[in-house]
Amino acid sequence: MIAIKEATKRFLDTNVLDHITLTIKRGDKIALMGPNGAGKTTLVRTILGFYHLDMGEVRVEGFDPVKNRVEVLKRTSFIPQTPPPIKLSLNELMEYVSKSSHITPKSIMQEASRMDLDISKHLAKPFFKLSGGMKQKMLIAIALAKRSDLLIFDEPTANLDPKAREKFYALLQEMPDSATTIYVTHRIEEVEPLVNRKIYMDLGKVIEDERV
Amino acid sequence: MRNLLLVAKLDIKESTRSKWFFVYLLVFGGLMALFFITGITDSVVMGFTGLSRLLLVYMQVTIVILPIFILITTVKSISGDRESAILEYMLSFPVALRDYYWGKMLGRFVIVFVPVMIALVIGVLWGLFKGGELPWKVLIVYSLFLFSLCALFLGIAFFISTIVKSHDVALGASFVVWILMLAFIDIALIGLMLANRWNDDFIIALALLNPLEVFRVGAISLFDPELTVMGPVAYFLLDTFGHKLFLFYAVFYPLVLGALFAFAGFWVFRKRDLL
Ligand SMILES: Nc1ncnc2c1ncn2[C@@H]1O[C@H](COP(=O)(O)OP(=O)(O)OP(=O)(O)O)[C@@H](O)[C@H]1O
Ligand SMILES: [Mg+2]
Repeated sequence: MIAIKEATKRFLDTNVLDHITLTIKRGDKIALMGPNGAGKTTLVRTILGFYHLDMGEVRVEGFDPVKNRVEVLKRTSFIPQTPPPIKLSLNELMEYVSKSSHITPKSIMQEASRMDLDISKHLAKPFFKLSGGMKQKMLIAIALAKRSDLLIFDEPTANLDPKAREKFYALLQEMPDSATTIYVTHRIEEVEPLVNRKIYMDLGKVIEDERV
Repeated sequence: MRNLLLVAKLDIKESTRSKWFFVYLLVFGGLMALFFITGITDSVVMGFTGLSRLLLVYMQVTIVILPIFILITTVKSISGDRESAILEYMLSFPVALRDYYWGKMLGRFVIVFVPVMIALVIGVLWGLFKGGELPWKVLIVYSLFLFSLCALFLGIAFFISTIVKSHDVALGASFVVWILMLAFIDIALIGLMLANRWNDDFIIALALLNPLEVFRVGAISLFDPELTVMGPVAYFLLDTFGHKLFLFYAVFYPLVLGALFAFAGFWVFRKRDLL
């Protein structure tokens, strides 16, 4: 599904990604771990085509995420590390997502209600005015509604209360085996039951890669 | 194309709710109201009366306000979203960079151009109501001027917005652009000419390169082909090029320049890291 070869990304003379080679197969459920600044977010953003590599290459289903971003993002859901202060209302945000990703707003609302978020009460509210946890739930609902082959979560549960966190992981249990998932996390015990592969990064390198 | 229109539409919706757009409307709406209250159309100043007078004043004001307003509000559309990680999220959906960039630009264009045009139309209607004559030709060329002026500053703003990584730097850069252009309209040019005995051709070239000067000379020449109220540079420009050619230039030069900046911005947007 994802083939990363010798990927190197330099910011201000330090290799934030340092010759990373990694193959991710369809159905892999990965916990991506490592200390702050290890390069986890950078790796994820590279897979999503936000960065031009200094060396090496990344392919998602054979597509270059920079040159064929639409092909790659079509089959990908992403939740960023912190919810962005989007000024669009929930209605508008759902319009953007559903029209660009060919899903229906209804499917987003369904996913949201499974997370105990009732969107219909907030349709006209700007996204950034939601509470931290509600934002996170909204992003999760969108990510799940897309039914993607590849899901990338950059610490998705940071703002969730314990109950919501459980709900979230319960929903993830339902994901088809064929879906590939990458959880960036500092709390391995939470995702432990969901993953079959653990990757540790430090200083831009993969230092451990074990299947469980 | 569908996504381009989607991005444009959502940007327009978002803008209409924002504070800066409210202020923008207030400024242009208030301007017109002020014109009516003070009875600018009735007074005779520098030989201009009625509608011409109103359009002339409107032009003088837009030349100062429009560029800085477009620059300040637009320059953050990409750089601000990048800084706040909104861009990261919005671009994690299957939308081509082309659709996103040009969609944002289209949305902004509508938002800045429409109020200016509405104010103009209201002004003209008022003038007609007061018993003026509708100067069709002048109005059309004048609208074209406004159109290309908007396009120019949007192009510059998007260019700055994409090459600069932080919002503050983008704001600073747009101020510099604005001040430079304003400073180099006629007054400063004459000063230069007198003080340094510079080559006339050089001064003329400088004037022709400055889109604000081109806009000003073009717009005033619509009302007063003899250019009695303008400086010598303007007079020289019209004398050398002829009125028609100069009007043509005044419409297309800013438009082309704006497009060049916009495309340069797009090129950078595609070729550099998005975040
Ligand atoms: N756009 C950028 N420009 C310059 N340096 C950057 C940029 N993005 C990331 N870095 C640097 O790259 C390094 C890795 O950052 P990254 O965000 O990938 O870490 P991370 O593993 O996600 O950490 P965390 O656990 O804190 O989220 C950091 O030292 C960071 O300062
Ligand atoms: Mg991170």
